[in-house]
Amino acid sequence: MKPSKAIKGGMFFTAVLGCAVVIIAMVVIVMVTIIHGGWGTFSWQFITQAPTNGMTSGGIFPAIYGTFLMVLTMSIAVIPVGTITAIYLAEYVSSQSILARFIRFAVNTLAGIPSIVFGLFGLGFFIEFVGRNLDRALLPAGELRWSQPCLLWASLTMGLLTLPVVIVSVEEAIKTIPRDLREASLALGATKWQTIRRIVLPGSMTGILTGGILAVSRGAGEVAPILFTGAAYFLPHLPGKLSDQFMELGYHVYIMATQSTDVDATAGIQFATTMVLLLLTFTLNFTALIVRSIMRSRARR
Amino acid sequence: MSTFTGKHTIRVGEWVIETSIRAIAFVSLAFIVLIFVFVLREAAPLLIGKATDDSGAAVTLAKLFSSPFWMPVSNHPTYGIAALILGSLKVTLISLVVATPLSIGAALYTAVFAPRWTKEIIKPAIEILAGFPSVVIGFFALIVMASFFQHLFGLQYRLNALTGGAALALAVIPIIFTLTEDALTALPKQFTEASVALGARKWETALFVLLPAATPGVFAAVLLGFGRAFGETMIVLMATGNAALLSLGITGPVRTISATIGAEMAEVVFGDAHYNVLFFLGFLLFSVSFSLNVVAELFIRKRLMKRFTGAA
Repeated sequence: MKPSKAIKGGMFFTAVLGCAVVIIAMVVIVMVTIIHGGWGTFSWQFITQAPTNGMTSGGIFPAIYGTFLMVLTMSIAVIPVGTITAIYLAEYVSSQSILARFIRFAVNTLAGIPSIVFGLFGLGFFIEFVGRNLDRALLPAGELRWSQPCLLWASLTMGLLTLPVVIVSVEEAIKTIPRDLREASLALGATKWQTIRRIVLPGSMTGILTGGILAVSRGAGEVAPILFTGAAYFLPHLPGKLSDQFMELGYHVYIMATQSTDVDATAGIQFATTMVLLLLTFTLNFTALIVRSIMRSRARR
Repeated sequence: MSTFTGKHTIRVGEWVIETSIRAIAFVSLAFIVLIFVFVLREAAPLLIGKATDDSGAAVTLAKLFSSPFWMPVSNHPTYGIAALILGSLKVTLISLVVATPLSIGAALYTAVFAPRWTKEIIKPAIEILAGFPSVVIGFFALIVMASFFQHLFGLQYRLNALTGGAALALAVIPIIFTLTEDALTALPKQFTEASVALGARKWETALFVLLPAATPGVFAAVLLGFGRAFGETMIVLMATGNAALLSLGITGPVRTISATIGAEMAEVVFGDAHYNVLFFLGFLLFSVSFSLNVVAELFIRKRLMKRFTGAA
């Protein structure tokens, strides 16, 4: 009996270890393949120049710039809203109250909605409803500005998608602030808002930072929400206003790989663009990981 | 008197700030409602029987579900979404068949067997995987995996349900792994101690005590993995071939609900029947993810957790 059990145990151990090894191997293979494929084309010129010859040569600067503008606009919208929601959940309502449960459920649901549905919503709400009514109110009849895909609507759509990321991050940070600090502040006569501004907000800065970085990383990587809310195939000029369309890294990868006039000739550009996107999100996530581990080790002390 | 007014202004200021905080906290709740309303609004003509195609024929829900063909751009367009639903289900199931055993196995290894130093490799690797933009996975599947699978299995089509599903598994693994690992590590220490005290080996404890006890958590993990796979767009858009065929084979190309929206929405005429149908498809995706979330929230976390762990 005993040896057969030992064999079974060995087999089980090998199987579960094998699963872990396979997953790690897949991560390594994807990264190595993409970096290997993109390294030859990648250069300083590649990230500082615009595409040339109908996008069959040249660089990807407009896509990098567009991505930057989009995540910047998104951050301005999502970081304050996410932070305030987290403060409300942590400081104003007990976690058992109906209100808190409803908001938490909404945040969880928001995190689970497919990204393409956000894209549809951005089109149906921001462009066709808000934008159309803005144009009707602000512009002479027949002129269109806000009822078209543009940087603002794409950024807000992306902000909605990344809102749960910020809320969860900030809430985690707020929870690490010792109760005594708040009570001491209140006991000294500070009001609730003064306590939040002087104790809670400074204490949750790392959480806001982590949440912001993770949101930017997520926003830079998602393509489905901006397919029809603002991303453009090719633009001769860089976007300058919120009502302009923009080129974006992830969208650039998608169109280069599926709609390029000469898919084989542009293989180097495709790999290099994917590599830039991958390294960008990797660096952002890694930074967030470090900030978060500093925060956690501080909380333990 | 002046101190009194001073205090009074502070109070007014605080009242304004606190009211704003309360109002902003409802943004996420408000937007869930808005998403529901506005996605449904653009699909509404279809639901109340007012949508007509270019030839003037009415497009109804009954036709949507009964027609076998998805041919939105033709002289006599037909909007048979059955092929798309089948396509989504096929790709999702393939991805779960690949991802579930791998993720649960790796989670068991990490939670039960792994020494500290291997945990320091596995967990960051999973986080890196979770951080891969889906368009990067889609690109990898389209350029690298597709050719590899075609040679490996001798497939007729380069892009097919099998390749798309396998690529999709990369996006699902982090979800199932993380939630399963959480469920396993959250179990009371006494489970392991009692099992070992009764003479069970480590692997017996893992397989016959810990895994069954963590079942609700694992179930929730697979459910949320299903939700992620079902709604994922860029990977399937790039790697499945996008042909709307009503077949059960897994080696042919498929077109999923999400990929259809992603590929066609940009070219569609505003207010057209085709436009309404695409929003209806979006509403289907929203409903599926919403329902899964409700089930995961109410049913699993509360009831099953109580029953299996015996703790409140």
